[in-house]
Amino acid sequence: MDIVPEITRKSITRLINDGKRADGRAFDERRDIFIEPNVIEKAEGSARVKLGDTQVIVGVKPTIGEPFGDTPNLGVLMTNCELLPMAAPGFEPGPPSPESIELARVVDRGIRESELVDLEKLCIEEGKKVWMLFIDLHVIDYDGNLFDASNLAVMAALMNTKLPVAEYIDDEVVLSEDETMDLPIRDKLALSTFVKIGNGLILDPSLEEEEILDARITIGVTDEGNHVCSMQKGGEAPLSRDEILDAVHMAFTTKDDLLSYLD
Amino acid sequence: MFFIISNDKELRADGRAYNELRPIKIEAGVLKRADGSAYLEVGGNKILASVYGPRESYIRRLLKPNTGVIRVRYNMAPFSVDDRKRPGPDRRSTEISKIAADALRPALMLESFPRSMVDVSIEVIEAEGGTRCAGITAAAVALADAGIPMKDIVVGCAAGKVNDQIVLDLSEKEDKEGQADVPIAIMPRTGEITLLQADGNLTEEEFEEALDLAMEGCMKISELQHEALKNRYSSE
Amino acid sequence: MIYVNEKDLVVPGELLAEDDYYPGRGTFEDDGKICSKLLGLVSLRNKKISVIPLKSKYLPKKGDVVIGKIDDVRFSMWGVDINSPYSGILPASEVFGREKKELSRVFDIGDVLFLRIVDVDEVKKVKLGLKGRGMGKFKGGVIVDIAPTKVPRLIGKKGSMINMIKDKTGCKIVVGQNGLVWVKGNEDMEQIVKNIIKLIEREAHTSGLTDRIKNKLCLLIDGELPPEEEEVEEVEQEEEEEEDAFEEGLKKPELQDFRDEVEKELAEEGFIDEDSEEDEEDDEDSEDEEFEEDLEDFNDETEDYEDIDEEDLDDEDSEEDIEEFEDDISDEELEDVISEAISEDEDEDEIVEESEDEEDVEDSEDDEDLEDSEEEAVEESEDEEDVEEDSEESPEEEAVEESEEENEDDSDDDEDDSKDEKSKKPNFMDTYEYINEQKKNNKSSFDLSRADNSKSPTLNISQGRGI
Repeated sequence: MDIVPEITRKSITRLINDGKRADGRAFDERRDIFIEPNVIEKAEGSARVKLGDTQVIVGVKPTIGEPFGDTPNLGVLMTNCELLPMAAPGFEPGPPSPESIELARVVDRGIRESELVDLEKLCIEEGKKVWMLFIDLHVIDYDGNLFDASNLAVMAALMNTKLPVAEYIDDEVVLSEDETMDLPIRDKLALSTFVKIGNGLILDPSLEEEEILDARITIGVTDEGNHVCSMQKGGEAPLSRDEILDAVHMAFTTKDDLLSYLD
Repeated sequence: MFFIISNDKELRADGRAYNELRPIKIEAGVLKRADGSAYLEVGGNKILASVYGPRESYIRRLLKPNTGVIRVRYNMAPFSVDDRKRPGPDRRSTEISKIAADALRPALMLESFPRSMVDVSIEVIEAEGGTRCAGITAAAVALADAGIPMKDIVVGCAAGKVNDQIVLDLSEKEDKEGQADVPIAIMPRTGEITLLQADGNLTEEEFEEALDLAMEGCMKISELQHEALKNRYSSE
Repeated sequence: MIYVNEKDLVVPGELLAEDDYYPGRGTFEDDGKICSKLLGLVSLRNKKISVIPLKSKYLPKKGDVVIGKIDDVRFSMWGVDINSPYSGILPASEVFGREKKELSRVFDIGDVLFLRIVDVDEVKKVKLGLKGRGMGKFKGGVIVDIAPTKVPRLIGKKGSMINMIKDKTGCKIVVGQNGLVWVKGNEDMEQIVKNIIKLIEREAHTSGLTDRIKNKLCLLIDGELPPEEEEVEEVEQEEEEEEDAFEEGLKKPELQDFRDEVEKELAEEGFIDEDSEEDEEDDEDSEDEEFEEDLEDFNDETEDYEDIDEEDLDDEDSEEDIEEFEDDISDEELEDVISEAISEDEDEDEIVEESEDEEDVEDSEDDEDLEDSEEEAVEESEDEEDVEEDSEESPEEEAVEESEEENEDDSDDDEDDSKDEKSKKPNFMDTYEYINEQKKNNKSSFDLSRADNSKSPTLNISQGRGI
């Protein structure tokens, strides 16, 4: 069902204009969150997250590689996303769609800009060898708001990622067989997506709400730093200055609750 | 798990008897959006299967005027194996997709859905040897869960040769170190074989033994498939 | 020899019976053995063994009433998504008279309609119509989707469930046999009904559902349970009734001829007045020609990838389709026009040639006719609402209930059906009462964690890393 029935669009919009949502949530209320860390034994870090009925699995796989020339002392993070055909009737197999690339990049930007992973600690030998982490996002059930679900899953996976202790000896990287280190995480990122429908700005859109959105805005704020560190606007309609500021404010006020699921 | 450990054969590296399956868990109806779905664990394998359809397809050249058709996509998650796998299809997954469709097709009764498509997706979340058989087993449960009419629920299992001994359900390690692997899929009611591959070296007698053992394994797994489907609708 | 009991949950391939028994719907026979071909519940009637599916896609059937969504507008037809593997088409001729109108001014993409399936041909092209009470475009309200197999449960025996919901909430409810439900009422009530319908879907196979739904509704709306005495009484009574109805219904599955029904309905309701009849008949030829062209366009567009051979094949098909449509229309409408239609069929070639000219004419006529057509559409939907308000047993429901019966029957038991057809019209019965006694709960939702990664039986055989 790609085309949303006109009466569905109208009824959802009417409800929101009256200050209500179809599923009874408040405008700044998220759906139920369930996080299961360490779901993949073969991945160095992993998590499955359920946000409402949206489900995402994330696995973190490290390799050792050479650092980028301009950052010889920093490890590397790479985020990749697959919208699996099993997740929604409209998801097709094939090369990554613009949507999946946007999702991967928005999640990546939040993680990167918040500097929550201490990349210096992922350097094994400056200018020679660093840890490169592949963060692979698997969307298995799409029921709205992939941004927030994916970010939670990535956060949870990074927080339980363990790397073998690596040493650089005689131009070679030697990995310890039994000693591991936790990924150096120094902050947490709360990603909050709002959509504008009618006159309302609502947090954590359901599939139904997402399908009829006028505009969308995703805001990443850090826990410790208390900074805004990433944003992405989507949707066809414009947003006013006040609407954006409202969304930013709500992103800060709902942050603690969201991040409490990661403890 | 199921068998009395026999004395005349050696135990395997992981402590199993020659005819013992790895622990299995199957659950039906695990996804919201898909028409049918299943989750399967066998040993260290974690596999999700989904079914959409019968539905219209814009790829009309694949459709048939007298019956529905099935399309299978087998895919391994990048994090499902020790060394990250590059995302996207490769030659191996393309072949497995094809033989999985071939294995499932004989059971389908899609005559009442001409010109329609059933899309099956097998996602290997974590791999530990024998993913094709496990994937087919999971996909068959997802098909039944989706309400697709079928003659039978196809089930897959492998047997092989490790240390000159024919054993059931090779683990990843056994598969790598072993001398032969024979993955099969059957329709358990009639015992008809819908998938057969073999690699390695087997004498004629050894092949027969492996085939019989794999079929025996299939029959056991079949019971678990039935249980999974029935549990979906029974109260806790 | 029989291996299962009534109401047992069975899986595809499961052996049900041998000898002495007959395969009913949802089963197949192989070498004298009767097996299930579905995940469903066993139904045993006089040595005939059937399986009722727990889930299945909606297969369009002539005479069914469905709720559809316009997903395409073409020159002389609308494309309609009817929540099925096969999409429907609503020819413009079903809506306007001879006059030409701009289709999108009447029904546009995203509009939701209540429709009748006029015909399903052998290549599964589904032709839809709007003739019948309450047919037309919905205004306002919400759409709820449920599994089509759970529609009977939502309606309940003789509409008991759906009428209870209507009474309690004051909402208008229209149920399509394709699993889409339209609800309109007070804003909050709409949401309550939506949730209740979803609840019914989830718990369709559990017992005492009607009563639980009643309590739930009372709690939600009045804030208290209904008086207890009444409650206890009704539980037993209702369950018995539903059970009886179910049994009865199974004994007499009925395949109704929709044609009779519609004609009767049309005549009774004064829907057919002679002028409009003639109009419609006149139109059909010209409209159908255009319709045919559209259809060819449609095929051309969608067949970009195909070889020439296949294209040719399909074109043939579509021509056949058209002929079939024409046949069906002439059959199905009034008998006294049949001869006329046939004679017009003979002129077909001429009309094809003319049709291009007609297209040109159309534009000029447009302006005048637009208003009319909009009014028509409005009238239709208002009509429907009125009907809804006036009677508790709304015609839609009756229609749904009756044809639901047909729906239960598959081609598998054609033989029995033809016999049954002659027997009296059965009451609607609730197939899902079946499941009631199973006392089963839908296991809520997926939990990979049931895989228990934490406590995990999961193996650690994977010490050997690397591939």
